[in-house]
Amino acid sequence: MIELKNIHKSYVTGNTELHVLKGIDLEIKSGEFVSIMGSSGSGKSTLLNILGILDNYDHGEYILDGKLMANLNETKAAYYRNQMLGFVFQSFNLISFKNAMENVALPLYYQKVNRKKRNLMAMEYLDKVGLREWAHHLPSEMSGGQKQRVAIARSLITNPKIILADEPTGALDSVTSSEVMTIFEDINRQGMTVIIVTHEHDIAERTKKIVRLHDGNIKEIVSTRQHKLNYV
Amino acid sequence: MLFDYDKWQEIVSALKKNKLRTFLTVFGVFWGIFMLMMMIGAGNGLKNAVFDGFQNFATNSGFMWARRTTIPYKGYDRNRSWTFNTQDIIDIKKSIPEFQYIAPQIQGRALEGGGRVTYGIKTENFTISGNYPDFKFINPIKMTQGRFLNVRDLSERRKVAFIGSRVKELLFGEKNPIGEYIYIQGIYWQVAGVFEPENKNINFGGNTEESVYLPLSSMQHAYNMGNDIHFIALAAYPGEDVEKAINKAKRIISKNHHIAPEDDRAYGGFNLSKEFSKMSGLFTGISLLTWIVGIGTLMAGVISISNIMLIIVKERTKEIGIQRAIGAPPRIIIQQIILESVFLTTVAGYIGLTIGVGILALINSALEKAGGDSEFMKNPEVSFQVAIMSLIILMISGVIAGFLPARRAVSIKPIDALRDE
Repeated sequence: MIELKNIHKSYVTGNTELHVLKGIDLEIKSGEFVSIMGSSGSGKSTLLNILGILDNYDHGEYILDGKLMANLNETKAAYYRNQMLGFVFQSFNLISFKNAMENVALPLYYQKVNRKKRNLMAMEYLDKVGLREWAHHLPSEMSGGQKQRVAIARSLITNPKIILADEPTGALDSVTSSEVMTIFEDINRQGMTVIIVTHEHDIAERTKKIVRLHDGNIKEIVSTRQHKLNYV
Repeated sequence: MLFDYDKWQEIVSALKKNKLRTFLTVFGVFWGIFMLMMMIGAGNGLKNAVFDGFQNFATNSGFMWARRTTIPYKGYDRNRSWTFNTQDIIDIKKSIPEFQYIAPQIQGRALEGGGRVTYGIKTENFTISGNYPDFKFINPIKMTQGRFLNVRDLSERRKVAFIGSRVKELLFGEKNPIGEYIYIQGIYWQVAGVFEPENKNINFGGNTEESVYLPLSSMQHAYNMGNDIHFIALAAYPGEDVEKAINKAKRIISKNHHIAPEDDRAYGGFNLSKEFSKMSGLFTGISLLTWIVGIGTLMAGVISISNIMLIIVKERTKEIGIQRAIGAPPRIIIQQIILESVFLTTVAGYIGLTIGVGILALINSALEKAGGDSEFMKNPEVSFQVAIMSLIILMISGVIAGFLPARRAVSIKPIDALRDE
């Protein structure tokens, strides 16, 4: 599903050049449940941005679902993001003036699905995350956990290839975090590839595979204990 | 796509977020179009008032009279005084078909007693002239009683008189003057008609209301004036060059009176069509200036819209980032911002237009109530085409105003936009 070959990425600020990713080789297969860990500055967010086609890379190859992601213009990148990827962010990133249903339906708007149909689908996905009753509430009227569940429903509605989550539990308490992780586990069980960037061990432990980054390199890739306990 | 619920939801929410700012921005454009409408309206009002003065006038016309010669010719010395005569009129009529109306005139000033007119025991001073029927096309009048001068009055040298409304008022009061006799310089004339000017702002040879018109031939005959003619008013058909036609007439007259062909100063004259076109030029200038100033004011308004859109884009950076992260192509973002800008300018413009036109209508009705006869303002109005055109200009400016902020919005990388807190 995902193939990274010798990915390099540097940021230039003024006269200093910061070499963030120093040759990442990584393969993630369809249906995997992976967490990317590392201390701050290890390059984990940069890696996620490259995976999410939100940022470009300097060297190497990124192949997503058999297609080489290189030299994309913004329109093309937006198309791939819309078709193949679902994003979940730490700060939820819901549109404040749209209610839960409209937020969930938004990605379909860019696919020119008509309003009636996309709202119907949005209700279906809200139901999956247990928020059918909250469909007509604005984000400001919901708790953090609810907002994140809306965001997850939004990431799922286009039926993407991969869900990319950037610290999805970073703004949540431990109980809600656990609930959110349960949802991720559920959707992974249904066959969705899920990649989570986190620095919390207990979150990473609930995925099946941990990729540890250190200083722009992959330090190790380990299968988690829980994964072994449950599935091996 | 234009009536997409999601688009309008976004526009309304963005504008609601800061109502005062939205209002102030919109006010710039509103004020611009409002001022444009007021200026166009005032310009048109002035134009209407002035051109109203020309109303019914044959504007393609000119006048001439005889002066002393300035060049010796055919044995005649210079400084010879001369007058037109009836033969000149016959010759002009015969050989210059460009003229629609020919109105020669003799003036009572030449009479010994001046303009004294008597009825019963009342005597007053008026402007007396001998005229042709065509004169009513040169100096438009309407009859309030009786009839106007006709060809048979002339051919039969009838002793009939046509009097202005003021003459009637002073000599007859409430009495019906038709059929009564007035006494001028030893001769009685029967009153056959009362007239008043169509247009009070322009007068020929004295106040029209205080004029007495006699048939030209009768007056020549009655007062021993021979064939003399003092003044000729000439109107050419529309599209003909009146100046050229008048010069032709002068050549004929010069030949008749042995005046040197190059002696232009033997004629006094006035070309109304020239004055008229000067006036038209003036108003073209005024309306051009109006548009330059108006468009300038509008531009200032539009720039403020552009400015506010930049701020809106800046405020919504994160939101735009989210939309792009979940797959909004740049085209949709650009469309959205331009639509918003066009919406703002159009709404503001429409309000400005409506209020501007409304106020003009109020001024108009106030003017009409106050008597309506102002020399400086009449029917201040903005034509429908102009209004529609300014709205279209506004919408185009809205697109231009939105374009720069829209480019800014998509030039920020979604990842940077998302990071924006």
